[in-house]
Amino acid sequence: MSTNMTVKAAAGTENFRSWFMNKLLMGMTWPDYFKSLLTPFNIVAAIILCVGLPLIVLRFALGLYMVTHASNIYPWGLFLGWGLFGGVPLSATGFVMATAYYIFGFKRYQPILRLAVLTGFLGYLFAVIYLLCDLGRPWRIYYPMIIGFGTQSVLFLVAWHVATYLSVQFVEFSPAILEWLKSKRVRRWAVMLTVGMTIAGIILSTLHQSALGAMLLLVPGKLHPLWYSPYIWVFFLSSSIYAALAMVIVVSTVSIRFLKNRTDETFRESLPKLTLGLGQGAAVGMFVYLVFKIIGVAHDNNWNLLNTPYGHWFLLEVIGFVLVPALLFTYGVKKQSIGVVRFAAFYAAAGIIFNRINTGIIAMNWNLPNHLEEIVPGWKETMVVFAIITIHILLFRWILNRMPVLHADPDYESH
Amino acid sequence: MTKETKQPTDGPLDEKKNEEKKDSGLQMNRRVFLGTAGAIGGTLLLGRPGKSYAAEDFEGYPNSFGLLTDLTACVGCRSCEKACNEYNGLPAPVKPFDDASVFEQKRMPTEKAYTVVNRYENPNDKSKPIFRKIQCNHCKEPACLTSCPIHAYSKTPEGAVKYDPDLCFGCRYCMTACPFYIPAYDYWSAFEPRIQKCTMCLPRVKEGKLTACAEACPVGAITFGKREELIKVAREKIDNNPGKYVNHIYGETEVGGTNWIYISGVPFEQLDFPTNLPKKPLIEETKGFLSAVPIVLTAWPALFGTIYAALRHREDFDKEKKEKEEEKKEGVKK
Repeated sequence: MSTNMTVKAAAGTENFRSWFMNKLLMGMTWPDYFKSLLTPFNIVAAIILCVGLPLIVLRFALGLYMVTHASNIYPWGLFLGWGLFGGVPLSATGFVMATAYYIFGFKRYQPILRLAVLTGFLGYLFAVIYLLCDLGRPWRIYYPMIIGFGTQSVLFLVAWHVATYLSVQFVEFSPAILEWLKSKRVRRWAVMLTVGMTIAGIILSTLHQSALGAMLLLVPGKLHPLWYSPYIWVFFLSSSIYAALAMVIVVSTVSIRFLKNRTDETFRESLPKLTLGLGQGAAVGMFVYLVFKIIGVAHDNNWNLLNTPYGHWFLLEVIGFVLVPALLFTYGVKKQSIGVVRFAAFYAAAGIIFNRINTGIIAMNWNLPNHLEEIVPGWKETMVVFAIITIHILLFRWILNRMPVLHADPDYESH
Repeated sequence: MTKETKQPTDGPLDEKKNEEKKDSGLQMNRRVFLGTAGAIGGTLLLGRPGKSYAAEDFEGYPNSFGLLTDLTACVGCRSCEKACNEYNGLPAPVKPFDDASVFEQKRMPTEKAYTVVNRYENPNDKSKPIFRKIQCNHCKEPACLTSCPIHAYSKTPEGAVKYDPDLCFGCRYCMTACPFYIPAYDYWSAFEPRIQKCTMCLPRVKEGKLTACAEACPVGAITFGKREELIKVAREKIDNNPGKYVNHIYGETEVGGTNWIYISGVPFEQLDFPTNLPKKPLIEETKGFLSAVPIVLTAWPALFGTIYAALRHREDFDKEKKEKEEEKKEGVKK
């Protein structure tokens, strides 16, 4: 009997071993797996993490002052300016593509749907991680849900929506995880939830993408009038839509360039056409946003501010980082040039970050003395941000290497 | 007595409510409660126009206290800083309170000093510098309170804006939202960081005393009293001393009014007071957005559900049409 158990246990161990090697080591043995990790990219990543991770530990052990140079006048820095305000619009990919596919019926986009949902899910997850780094008492993050309801606060809305939307995106992405784990029954339940989850996603996304902008409605005295506008929530929402389309192009371009062996025939063959379609959508979205921005200037009659230093900066943003990439998208789609559209997508995504950094950091407190010196982030804060970006990329790659995202799983017809 | 018959007494009821507040603080007695319930019930049943119980304008507590700083009187002795430090048990300053070298820099309140005095050159008389005391202005409708997602801030009937560290998770949105750059954060604490700012000496005020700074001021530059009366005092001072003051009471209308108000001999922008602030409370800026939220929550599922249904309908319709055509073709063949 004891031998029987030993045999069973051995079989169990063997099962686990083969499961582990198949799922986590991608079918390689440990030595092979380690060898495969020795790439220039990974070495750079390791160096960044060696500096960044200890800094994150210091931040939690000794307090925010260890890494940020936030002050009483400048309470928010890169963690929120970059991580939350910049990261969230670029993570609208999940909601925009799921809506296009499930609700509006853009069925051709199926091969890149999961990639878009994964981009959104991880984007939100990391936005929350940046937030946890920035909160004074991150272990109280659930307080707006249970302890005190500040319903008059736009941030209350943001907190609720980011939390629920993160869960919604997890459910939306879960079929991929369940296929990877070969869990057929649970997957069926998850798939049944899809349309409901997509509609929940639209509600939560439209509300909190705009709410991030609406948070700044409280600071008419601090934010430069060219960026402050009663329409600021419209700007944030409408720019997140083209940001999402540009970001899907960016992520799919990077995937096919660096993880081609994880893509399947369908993905590779459909991508050029889909890229052009996304580019067309992004161009339309950018022109809509551009008109909103013009309405914003006209509404407050801020034309006279355009010929000031901050006005020039504003024009650089609106012309250099919105109009020019929008025209590039238009040109690329017209000429059927995938390369131009892809370039425009990277450009437009950079423009989104430029806008959010401008709104949250550069144009905020613009009228204070020494403002431009005060906002330069310290090296430690920057290194923490780099470390989080690195973990983000590594986790993204880890999932793409293992789960059926860029390819369909042969055991399932389609996702 | 039905609810409806009670409803017309709504006008006098408001007065009564105020009287009750005067007498018993916030305690609502049974009559007021019944009256209010009746008024709400009446409104619900009759839908009386003109009075909304949802989002009334809050114009500050009547009879709340405030302070008036006369910037022409302040001599920069920093007695107020010292008294504040002692009363609130704050750490001893790096430079002693009688060291005038602190005036070489413009300071802001911090977690170690809830009030500071800054020195400005007097454009009218270089030998008489102007001193400006800075601390929380205790807005009537504070932006910090509006911004807080956990309700860590409250506006007390005495007029103070109070912060509760037990409810704070440290997002620091209040610091961003404050138009006066007042809330200070304890970035040096890893486990118990909190906002610190002037409390308007709430425990003292509740005992019927002045704030520590007002009591300590040797020249009477800080007057403590009912806000509504202080506005009158400030107005009289301006009117009775032609040429001494600029004709503006800072805090009377800025961001809906503050409980701490100021009068000055030089324009306020020369003393770094923010002068680009709206007259209405800052919550007004976000009300429109927030009121759209429940509409979106309700309408979006219906709207996007309909779009989804329309698409499925079209698919089914096309499929049926195709099948019928094929049937026809087959029929013709036969």
